[in-house]
Amino acid sequence: MNNVFVYCEINEDRMVADVSLELLSKGRKLANQLGIKLEAIVLGDGLDGIEAQILPYGVDFLHIGDHPALFPYRTLPHARLVIDLFRESTPEVALFGASPVGRDLAPRVASALKCGLTADCTSLEIGEHYEKKTDTHYPALLYQIRPAFGGNIIATIINPDTRPQMATVREGVMKKEITDPNYRGEILKLDTATMIHPEDLAIEIIERHVEKSKVNIKNAGIIIAGGYGVGSKENFQLLHELAEVIGGEVGASRAAVDAGFAEHERQIGQTGITVRPKLYIACGISGAVQHRAGMDQSAQIISINTDPHAPINQIADFTINGRVEDVVPRMIRYYKKNIR
Amino acid sequence: MSFRIILLAKQVPDTRNVGKDAMKADGTVNRGALPAVFNPEDLNALELALRVKDRMGDAEVIVLTMGPSRAAEIIREAIYRGADKGYLITDRKFAGSDTLATSYVLSQAIRQLEPYHLLIAGRQAIDGDTAQVGPQTAEKLNLPQITYAEEIIDVDQQSVTIKRRLENGVETVKGNLPLAVTVHSSAPRCRARIARQVMIYKHARTLTELQEETKDYTELYNSRPYLLIDEWGAMEIKAEEDKVGLGGSPTKVKKIENVVFQQKESRVITASDEDIEELMQHLLSSHIIG
Repeated sequence: MNNVFVYCEINEDRMVADVSLELLSKGRKLANQLGIKLEAIVLGDGLDGIEAQILPYGVDFLHIGDHPALFPYRTLPHARLVIDLFRESTPEVALFGASPVGRDLAPRVASALKCGLTADCTSLEIGEHYEKKTDTHYPALLYQIRPAFGGNIIATIINPDTRPQMATVREGVMKKEITDPNYRGEILKLDTATMIHPEDLAIEIIERHVEKSKVNIKNAGIIIAGGYGVGSKENFQLLHELAEVIGGEVGASRAAVDAGFAEHERQIGQTGITVRPKLYIACGISGAVQHRAGMDQSAQIISINTDPHAPINQIADFTINGRVEDVVPRMIRYYKKNIR
Repeated sequence: MSFRIILLAKQVPDTRNVGKDAMKADGTVNRGALPAVFNPEDLNALELALRVKDRMGDAEVIVLTMGPSRAAEIIREAIYRGADKGYLITDRKFAGSDTLATSYVLSQAIRQLEPYHLLIAGRQAIDGDTAQVGPQTAEKLNLPQITYAEEIIDVDQQSVTIKRRLENGVETVKGNLPLAVTVHSSAPRCRARIARQVMIYKHARTLTELQEETKDYTELYNSRPYLLIDEWGAMEIKAEEDKVGLGGSPTKVKKIENVVFQQKESRVITASDEDIEELMQHLLSSHIIG
């Protein structure tokens, strides 16, 4: 049987991206269940010592491709190396982050290998399958579980006959867990100079402007999230004030982001970030499934809504019937009054 | 026309605001209650395509959409806003195609339109949110890809320079034509319909649509053959049947479930000063905040 592969993304600080470490943790568990090894592929420039970040997650084989053409990320050289490696080693399972890079790369790889790919999985499990038409029993397939139809239903997808079984997963969905700080894995250097073809450099990067993200929603203990019901960008400012006062971060629903009330990077939900803070205050969020799925694991949920029947209230510990612009200033006032 | 831009667009159920009206009593989605719309990022893609056309002057935008008969609405809408022509890729054999089979069908259709310069599509469709079909189609056609485009910086007969959105920034890239571009929602909004185009093309129909019309269009179509929207099936695009539809799709849906959340016993309070103060005291004393 072949192995589980995880594509490790390198971020701007030349660190392995969190989403990749989360996938390695999941990949290790899947490999254990399937009784196979975990392999990782990392591509970049100046990757000396990168193994220290990757092997502790229980990686048995680490393929390193180190070449100036591999950083910053470009589709074609990365796709070339991943496709060649997968052709040679036919992974059983291949996982990519559902990040801008992973969502650019994985479909390209899947198309070249003519295999199935499921985007934005919220859960990955191993399970059996029986195909009536061909009377075939598959003892251990990857169940790729993902929301569909705008998040209103959950679909379990399988790829019975093509390999690798490919999936992407968003940041925050899987938990990051080190297997053993001293885990022994083998390092395999890719012969990048011969593997990369001149035509892989067809797209030239002329200029890049990257800022460090100012928002850190994923690790925030308290999140004040606003929805379309907040009404305006100005009203969103109230949420920022509350976040400032009680020490939280501001999040938003997709509807609020689409309406221009908040930045994309604040989006919580299946197509945004998955969060599990100790307190989640949902302001004017009706709670579409796609939003609830990204925050329902929060320890405490407070919903502020004028609609007593908003779906989010069903998963809230406290429901405040009222307008955001009335409630939030009072929360600020009574927080200040009672703190000391 | 010397410069050919191919736009991929999709008609999708409007899943963005699935409110209470669109939910049935048992918690499932009432698809019938959702209007079919032009996929939002495909409209951004149309705008970028039209901007390229504006810059190049002697250029045409050809819209391809894959879907049932009704999806011809998308082609008309694109033409109303400035596209030149469209093809509806439709065949019962295509039903059940996953993203791989879909990208095969689209790539076969695109091959019928060679030579072309730019292939443009929205990043992703809101009914699936996979963002896979663009890159997969590019791979099938062996085209380089520029994803998450938000602005065309420069374009000429040989190359295009594009600003693309990154996770926390932007990047400007340049590549030789032909290549594929997927467009991010941060790209400019699509221009409105052009009255003149609507006047000219309001009777544009596919053959299937014409057969359903009660009015006789024969004379109109004889004098204005450009009103006919071509329908291409598996034969017209020379698709191999084992690569399309359910049979050509490596992914299978094993199970569909409604989303079930664990319901909580919610304490309902008012927005009064007393209630809010009590809540804040509770949050502080239980160390949830502070």
